[in-house]
Amino acid sequence: MNDRIKRLRQASLDARPVISLERAQILTEFYQSGQAAKVAVPVARARAFAYLLDHKKVFIGEDELIVGERGPAPKATPTYPEICTHSTDDFEILSTREKIPFAAGDEVKRLQQEEITPFWRDRSLRDRLFKEVDQDWRQAYAAGIFTEFMEQRAPGHTVNDDKIYRFGMADFRRQIAASINGLDQMIDQDFLAKRDQLTAMDIAAGALISFAERHADEARRVADETTDEHRQQELRKIARICDSVPANAPANFHEALQYYWFVHLGVITELNTWDSFNPGRLDQHLLPFYRQGLESGELTEEQARELLQAFWIKFNNQPAPPKVGVTAQESNTYTDFCLINVGGVDENGQDAANELSYLILDVIEEMRLLQPSSMVQVSKKSPDRLLKRALKIIKTGYGQPSLFNTDAIVAELVRQGKSLADARCGGASGCVEAGAFGKEAYILTGYFNLTKILELTLNNGYDPRSGQQLGPETGDPQIFSDFDDLYRAWEVQLNHFIDIKIRGNRIIEQLWARYLPAPFMSILIDDCIATGRDYNAGGARYNSAYIQGVGLGTLTDSLAAIKYQVYDKQTIAMSDLLAALQANFTEYDVLRETLRAAPHYGNDDDYADSITKRVFESFYSAVDGRPNTKGGYFRINLLPTTSHVYFGSVIGATSDGRRAGKPLSEGISPVQGNDRKGPTAVIKSAAKIDHLRTGGTLLNQKFTPQLMADEAGLVKVSQLVRSYFSLDGHHIQFNVVTAKTLREAQSNPEEFKDLIVRVAGYSDYFVDLSEELQNEIIRRTEHSE
Amino acid sequence: MNCWWCHNPESRKSGIERPSHSQYPGKDELIGREVSVNEVMTELQKDRIFYDQSGGGVTFSGGEPLLQPEFLSALLNACHEAGLHTVVDTSGLADRSDFKRVAEIVDLFLYDLKLADDELHRENVGASNQLILDNLRYLVQNNKKVRVRVPLIPTITDTEQNLVTVADFIKSLDKQIPVDLLPFNLLARDKFQRFNLNNRLKSMATQASTKLEQMSQIFTERGIAVSIGG
Repeated sequence: MNDRIKRLRQASLDARPVISLERAQILTEFYQSGQAAKVAVPVARARAFAYLLDHKKVFIGEDELIVGERGPAPKATPTYPEICTHSTDDFEILSTREKIPFAAGDEVKRLQQEEITPFWRDRSLRDRLFKEVDQDWRQAYAAGIFTEFMEQRAPGHTVNDDKIYRFGMADFRRQIAASINGLDQMIDQDFLAKRDQLTAMDIAAGALISFAERHADEARRVADETTDEHRQQELRKIARICDSVPANAPANFHEALQYYWFVHLGVITELNTWDSFNPGRLDQHLLPFYRQGLESGELTEEQARELLQAFWIKFNNQPAPPKVGVTAQESNTYTDFCLINVGGVDENGQDAANELSYLILDVIEEMRLLQPSSMVQVSKKSPDRLLKRALKIIKTGYGQPSLFNTDAIVAELVRQGKSLADARCGGASGCVEAGAFGKEAYILTGYFNLTKILELTLNNGYDPRSGQQLGPETGDPQIFSDFDDLYRAWEVQLNHFIDIKIRGNRIIEQLWARYLPAPFMSILIDDCIATGRDYNAGGARYNSAYIQGVGLGTLTDSLAAIKYQVYDKQTIAMSDLLAALQANFTEYDVLRETLRAAPHYGNDDDYADSITKRVFESFYSAVDGRPNTKGGYFRINLLPTTSHVYFGSVIGATSDGRRAGKPLSEGISPVQGNDRKGPTAVIKSAAKIDHLRTGGTLLNQKFTPQLMADEAGLVKVSQLVRSYFSLDGHHIQFNVVTAKTLREAQSNPEEFKDLIVRVAGYSDYFVDLSEELQNEIIRRTEHSE
Repeated sequence: MNCWWCHNPESRKSGIERPSHSQYPGKDELIGREVSVNEVMTELQKDRIFYDQSGGGVTFSGGEPLLQPEFLSALLNACHEAGLHTVVDTSGLADRSDFKRVAEIVDLFLYDLKLADDELHRENVGASNQLILDNLRYLVQNNKKVRVRVPLIPTITDTEQNLVTVADFIKSLDKQIPVDLLPFNLLARDKFQRFNLNNRLKSMATQASTKLEQMSQIFTERGIAVSIGG
């Protein structure tokens, strides 16, 4: 990377996340002015958006090529008091917590207490939400049976398609005007609501144009003050670009990136959408601009690289808005889950990898930033070169890019009723979520603690932790005659709590539609303009709502241990098992070892894996196909972010031998250390569930860099990936471990039993190696780092 | 055979071994278990998808797989029926009748050739190499697919003199037989401790890449396809 990018990158890494009340103050000022009360809610929201963009500080940093910040400066992170009004205690926690802190000074705390909180208390979406949901929901939420995504963050979970590269905001305004003209006042029952909604979109489109003009003015002002002639020219060019986009469709590579960036800022300023927003298939959208630039001589490869790198840094400057409470625990990270897609197929199903895909992979490798995240879509038509290029980056050990199966994603989306073309132009966003980019609202509504349901089942619906009867009385497990009795009781409990979750979701969806529409984002997602409906009110072409199952591995192993030792072998009496769980295995060491000797998920062992499949089918049946309030359906996916740690903390000891409070397994990965037959067995086990009936699953594997050190190693890992994908696996990620991890593994072998290392010509479990050999591998790993 | 550098000391005797554990004195350790053809085939079929994807298959190695000719033939037949590619990794020290039987049904032999000089072979390996060379000649003359593998044990098999003789022998067979040179490694160090074996390997090191290049040269000069490792 060149010196400019080095400086920008370093500045981004050095910037510390701080709370900025700029947005909260401007927004509160607008709502206090009384203007909002005079107009319909969507129009008020659009005017508030315009007011924010007109009044926030315009920041153009030294050296920058792509301009615009969400806050007054990089990593100055706004709050969204209309969604979640933080207390001063929240700010105290945010600024002092060890992990993921946000600095908040005394002045910020004072402003919050005196100006922001008094106005928004009871008006914020969060306050309304907790008031509107029923008592069952509140109890289950507090007990850690499920989480709720929309209690601090707005519905987002959507991705940009190619339309902004074809239309400017001025074009969208014309489309909006045409849609208003097309409304039939004589027969349309929702005429007024649609007109208000479309009017709001028009205001929002105009607001983004003005915001860009402010940047053009600022760039000219700075240029006038700059003595460096080269920089002066750059700033004047930036000003010309901001004059042109987003008002008009972009004319070249640089304009396309700057246009997207204004759109991105628009979305994340309007609301704090979960999964911020996402340029999606960047190597597809930018390709025409890239080729045209190279052909005309207006652009060189090096300039394109520099612009992409400058673009990357802008993402890293925007930490995820501060989260508190359960929401902080389920997703404890600065990353805002923007996931750049590379590769995949085009609208006609042909391999879509191109020269820009490889340039973007170069950028990913060089930048090594937390944000944006990145992934490679691998279809059966993708060249090996693409997969191997991705693996070469993965082996450097920073967890990017992750690998996705395009063919599975397309099949998943088509099963849900999307057109083949919409499915092929889609991809994955967030962690692993499949979506039809630019056409779908696929809202993740919350994690669901599948393992906690077993704890309730074993206690006849009673929750030992909260001391409450939370679920129905499904019977004392000591009188169950066989494993099927127990399983059916678990299913009854599962359905009970899924019902509670979905009832709550149906209220929460309506709250967002009513109080916090998103007119700006609605411009970007088909068919909101055509139908005159808001993104948050079912305006998208496809409207999916997801519940994310967590703890599949822990639950399987727990059920398998009961089936095997209590019912099949009868080595443990149910009464002893219950007593042991209650005692957290204290003085039950032998019983715990007996439980742990039962079959485990992740070893291609049908005894355990058939239970995984059964759990999957039960969860799927409980959720899939049930209607949401936006004309779409509930779906499942299997991913945890960090909720498996939180969910583990609310469960006592489990019958797989796990002690109270310890984390659950993550995604569809086996319980940490219980997969003992190598990666091929893990892949076989994980592929036994039907990925195509989910909207995403997450599988993690740990390797050392040596495994992929040479060409032969790369080929082997790429064949492993292809094998998993040919079995319809959705996603796989390789966690390439460092010497530090190996040292930890050496001192805590119990927790790293599944760690595979390359020895020499073969691979082995690290903890099984002699200390001498372990040390040798640590030294070698250090050497290669 | 009794190669003192053997990396698989647990598989040299026939039958399951129970060596005493040097790290935990007095605690015996069972190495190996008995399995049936069906059990092995069930395990192999589990990984079918990976063979299909990689073009890989099954390698029977040891110890010496030809020491269990009945079992090996049964497995190879079962693999053949299942459409799996098969490889037998052999020291070459086995009865001709067993080789004949196995050669009918295997796709490829990986054939160890350690020392070309019989005197040195007797001294270091504990057996004559005549049968080994004869068996190799037999396989090659009958158009069986073979790769010759030379383990490079420092000062024993990696001498220029030995490699030249090996290369000349292969050239004399007058067929395109590829050769893998296997650089020395220390991976068996743990096993030697576990088996309380005197570990002469400790003082040895793997060959430098420049030296490996020179060794390859001996083969390429004679028109033999050679690769390092394998």
